Amino acid sequence: MTMQAASTEIASRTAAIIDEMKGIEGPLLPILHSIQDEFGYVPKDALPVIADGLNLSRAEVHGVVSFYHDFRAKPAGRHVLKLCQAEACQSMGSDAVAAKVKQLLGIDFHETTRDGSVTLEPVYCLGLCACSPSAMLNGEVIGRLDDEKIEEIVAEVRS
Amino acid sequence: MIPRIYIPADSGALALGAEKVAKAIEKELKERGVEAKIVRNGSRGAYFLEPMVEVATDKGRIAYGPVKPSDVKSLFDSGFLTGGHHKRWLGTPDKIPFLAKQTRLTFARCGINDPLSLDAYKSLGGLSGLQAAVAMAPADVVKQVTESGLRGRGGAGFPTGIKWKTVLDTASDQKYIVCNADEGDSATFADRMIMEGDPFVLIEGMAIAGIATGATKGFVYIRSEYPHAVATMNKAVAIARKAGVLGLNVLGSPNAFDMEIRVGAGAYVCGEETSLLNSLEGKRGVVRAKPPLPAIQGLFGKPTVINNVISLASVPIIMDKGATYYKDFGMGRSRGTIPIQIAGNVKHGGLFETAFGLTLGEIVDDIGGGTASGRPVKAVQVGGPLGAYFPRALFDTPFDYEEFAKRDGLIGHAGITVFDDTADMLKQARFAMEFCAIESCGKCTPCRIGSTRGVEVLDKVAAGIEAEKNLALVTDLCNTMKFGSLCALGGFTPYPVMSSITHFPEDFKPAPARVAAE
Repeated sequence: MTMQAASTEIASRTAAIIDEMKGIEGPLLPILHSIQDEFGYVPKDALPVIADGLNLSRAEVHGVVSFYHDFRAKPAGRHVLKLCQAEACQSMGSDAVAAKVKQLLGIDFHETTRDGSVTLEPVYCLGLCACSPSAMLNGEVIGRLDDEKIEEIVAEVRS
Repeated sequence: MIPRIYIPADSGALALGAEKVAKAIEKELKERGVEAKIVRNGSRGAYFLEPMVEVATDKGRIAYGPVKPSDVKSLFDSGFLTGGHHKRWLGTPDKIPFLAKQTRLTFARCGINDPLSLDAYKSLGGLSGLQAAVAMAPADVVKQVTESGLRGRGGAGFPTGIKWKTVLDTASDQKYIVCNADEGDSATFADRMIMEGDPFVLIEGMAIAGIATGATKGFVYIRSEYPHAVATMNKAVAIARKAGVLGLNVLGSPNAFDMEIRVGAGAYVCGEETSLLNSLEGKRGVVRAKPPLPAIQGLFGKPTVINNVISLASVPIIMDKGATYYKDFGMGRSRGTIPIQIAGNVKHGGLFETAFGLTLGEIVDDIGGGTASGRPVKAVQVGGPLGAYFPRALFDTPFDYEEFAKRDGLIGHAGITVFDDTADMLKQARFAMEFCAIESCGKCTPCRIGSTRGVEVLDKVAAGIEAEKNLALVTDLCNTMKFGSLCALGGFTPYPVMSSITHFPEDFKPAPARVAAE
């Protein structure tokens, strides 16, 4: 969901997730993943609830959330497009792919289009290194990107 | 007999359109009123032929590839359900040269059947290793793994059996098996392929590790960039549990072993074992100082075996066929087989499992078939973002842990990225530093600060500002990072940087001279 939920609602939904998961060993990362699945990002208002539920300091929870690239501080666009920028894709022209996508969407990496349709992110390897250059659109993998595929992707995220 | 059609659901094949091909085949079957069973298998790893569709015929399997959705109608017209000829006809999969030349031990079953069919797994020798292990004393299992010469396939090359022995010998109320499936190195996809294509072999390997060391709980830490592998592993664990492969009585024995799948959160450094353990515990993925070794104080402070996916997935065949069988493959101190992943700008990209000892040139030119672009090969990076760039002059280097080390390189997780002559090695060196800066956990200074300074100094070189002086500075900085960093991220980033400077000095000449030289 892209709308930011009210803080009391965030707190209660976060508390429900924590209740369900706090019995597992090392629960913080699975809890954060569930929270991001629930809200589309990890809301600031969820952090004190997690700290309380797991008997951690807020600083510790903040430290963990901010350490990992996956956890978002604000909602992403309706589509999330990740372009692989690691070496195998570089050898097949991922720089040019990124430049073209950025130009077509009018945004840079780590940005969301103004209409909220798509967030563009770099990713360092999708394990599709024999089908470079590669990308991931909303969790679906795409290999051997060429102009035609790029245009298809851009049309899809714009629709 | 109802014909069977095999269409891979491996993410590499999906990325190349396997889902669309499957839909087209389903539609065509319906329209023609033909009955057939579609099996979604893993990939055999010949990605230049994916999506590779196979049909089971009286003469055995016949493969077709790379199949496009637009080929489907004509495939049916050519009678592909009985192996008819077509422009995509490849014949018996085992006889396709790229596959025929391999020695498949760890990947013996990968891509053949439905990865989630435990019966299919057993029919091809699955669970024999675990069956052997439950009948043995733990120390004997450890001995067999040690004698096989198996070394950590994650990159460090540490003998697997020795790690296991330390955990076995450390008394504790709780021990853990942790599988490092945080396969972040570019050019590597072996872990992903086996988790998606033959997940039970990893589960079997982990159960054997548990029995051998007295650990009753396992975790597989899979990177979040691999959603398909996560889904397959979760399903496979549930199936294994139901079938009694996991649980309180593994295969009916008194040994208990169960496991959980955990998902990373996009931090490359969590591929480093101690950082991974912190991440599993729910902490920042910061590297721990060693000692204490994870084998003595690992996950939650308990003795922990932490092994790479391929190391663990190689254990079942060692337990099944014996240490000598495995050890007889390979060269020097590098025993057994290694799944080499040929990637990047290469004609025949994919996974090639073979005994250690092929030369880099044989891998790149003969098996890989040179570049995809058709231009000359300029450099190959071996071992991911922390691996050295090798020029053609070093193509006689045999694929072996020690031989690569002798030439200031490493085999790492055995990924090879091929670059053609358009590659700019200064840009690659800068990227290595930039990547290290993005992914540094921040604990030690040489890595945290050094990588950022490295980017700045290389930018000066690129701008032609006192190039010689700044290159000397980069060399000095690399020396500090190599010997002063806490883990391989800062410690090995100098490999791609220094190898670029050493082997491709022409790319580091001041800008005006570079223009003049062109």
